[in-house]
Amino acid sequence: MKDLSLRRKEPPPATRKGQAQRNIFQKLAAVPHTVWTVMFIAAPMLFVLYFAFTDAEGNFSFANITNLGQYTNVFILSIAFALIATAVCLVIGYPLAYFMSRQSLRAQKVLMVLIMLPMWCNLLIRTYALMALLDNGGLLNSLLGKLGLEPLPIVGSYFGVILGMVYDFLPYMVLPIFTAMTKLDYRYIEASHDLGCNNLQTMTKVVMPLTLSGVVSGVTMVFVPSISTFYISQKLGAGKIDLVGDTIERLFQNVSTYNVGAAMSLVMMILILISLTIMNKFSDEEGGMVP
Amino acid sequence: MEKETLISLRGVSKAFDGETILDNISLDIHDKEFVTLLGPSGCGKTTTLRIIGGFETADSGEVFFDGKEISQVPPYRRLVNTVFQKYALFPHLNVYENVAFGLRLKKTPEEEIKQKVQEMLAMVNLKGFERRRVTTLSGGQQQRVAIARALINHPRVLLLDEPLGALDLKLRKDMQTELKKIQRATGITFIYVTHDQEEALSMSDVVVVMSGGHIQQIGSPVDIYNEPVNAFVADFIGESNIVDGFMLADRKVRFSGHTFECLDEGFAKNEPVDVVIRPEDVDIVPADKGMLNGVVSSVTFKGDYYEIIVDVQGFKWMLETSDYAAPDTTIGLFIEPEAIHVMKKSEFSGQFGDYSSFSDELEHLSDPEEEEEE
Repeated sequence: MKDLSLRRKEPPPATRKGQAQRNIFQKLAAVPHTVWTVMFIAAPMLFVLYFAFTDAEGNFSFANITNLGQYTNVFILSIAFALIATAVCLVIGYPLAYFMSRQSLRAQKVLMVLIMLPMWCNLLIRTYALMALLDNGGLLNSLLGKLGLEPLPIVGSYFGVILGMVYDFLPYMVLPIFTAMTKLDYRYIEASHDLGCNNLQTMTKVVMPLTLSGVVSGVTMVFVPSISTFYISQKLGAGKIDLVGDTIERLFQNVSTYNVGAAMSLVMMILILISLTIMNKFSDEEGGMVP
Repeated sequence: MEKETLISLRGVSKAFDGETILDNISLDIHDKEFVTLLGPSGCGKTTTLRIIGGFETADSGEVFFDGKEISQVPPYRRLVNTVFQKYALFPHLNVYENVAFGLRLKKTPEEEIKQKVQEMLAMVNLKGFERRRVTTLSGGQQQRVAIARALINHPRVLLLDEPLGALDLKLRKDMQTELKKIQRATGITFIYVTHDQEEALSMSDVVVVMSGGHIQQIGSPVDIYNEPVNAFVADFIGESNIVDGFMLADRKVRFSGHTFECLDEGFAKNEPVDVVIRPEDVDIVPADKGMLNGVVSSVTFKGDYYEIIVDVQGFKWMLETSDYAAPDTTIGLFIEPEAIHVMKKSEFSGQFGDYSSFSDELEHLSDPEEEEEE
């Protein structure tokens, strides 16, 4: 997901040896990944499924699912936060990507690095950095204090958590949209001017529809981590804000609630799957960038 | 019949990255005419078109449309529509919506849009294609949609930038006829850019031959073909034998060691000139009856004629004739006075019109690496 530079790996150089031998090598090359997928992706999913539908004694049961009703508010809050964060990222990211795509190639490269730079830094560290800026004793509030103003209680507020999501996931919105923008043939823009569109109309009638695939990718790549995050809400919510991710984490830490945690994870996965399906409906046939 | 001037370029120049593309061009385009800008790639024809369309701004000079200066008018306020080189149909819209695009912007009532789109699609023979995605259409069909999309806005001028370049030969011929028909039927001024001289000659009312950012000649196809002003035009429009000669007097020109009757007048006595003789205007006669004699160096069967290269005193002539002549035989050439066209010497003299390197040229074409080395 992070390999947005689209730098393809060169295929192995063609040897003069037999085709069959190459096929074996190609199959062998896939083995580590297959093992990895089975062990760390497929198997855990099956475990989740198993635990979600069994009780502590290992008997089949729907109780875990039906018990999730008490967490309705947590689900609603998580979805709302993810939606807001995604919308904010889109509103900031789309114009930014458009602006970037209109620059010279040189400037584009510089801007690209600036956008990518935070992504090279670990998410936890970035979130800590944001905390250091916004906390009560942080840079912002000590500055406000020196000016004789009240400190802003950002950490621990809804605003703080959403800010953290936007801050952490904005690059995932900008990059796919930027890629779609650079692929947009300038002739379409000229054609729309030719047919009578002013700049605004060109934007809404041509540029936006033709970069929709980038928007779909960006929205997905921001929405999915936002809805499942637990770290951002823990740190920037100062432990006061409970999202689905936090709840799942807590449920798994206690042996007695292990099965409820699995059920919640399952519902979460289904939610994400549904939203991916909906997003894919918006993307046209060329926009196959949704992970 | 005095025609109204619709577009007028006055002293237009344009450079990209310090390289001059258009050098002080002046050009009048009349209403309801089919005008073709013709020239090799890099001659400035597309830039001229883009300046008229408003996609480029001239570095200097003025552009008038219907008597008004329009250099600063954006493309969407010009009464001009364009058929782009690779059509630039909107891939997110179907055929109907592509064609309706311009009318939608003008807030035309839906009923009227529907009727006009149907009309346009009927005109370009695409009835029943309304709901098709443009990405599923063939090149020729996309071309027609692009024309319909432009013409539905009733522009005063339609700009066409090598619109047939991507089509195969047969389709190109059909579209040429169709475009000419559409132009006649609608009475819209067409400005057509191409590097294909045959296309230019068969469709246009007026041909503007360009080279190196200059206009070389403006005229009707017949004028351009029969009375090229210099060796460049003569060579670019069709095949030409261009030989050095000098005018002995009015209607008397001497070249290749023989004095010929011709129709050209007004040159100084003994003025050196370029003489153009089209390959199809030379008759083959027995060697003893020829005005010039030459040895056949190659014969190529072209279907409806033979292309014969003849060595006349070291200068290779090209002949297109239905008479066969065997290689290495000596033949006579007979040239009628009407077949001879005399031009003033120009910067292009001596660069064109000799077929000695003809076969080599073809080899170069098929071997791109060798071309790069030059």
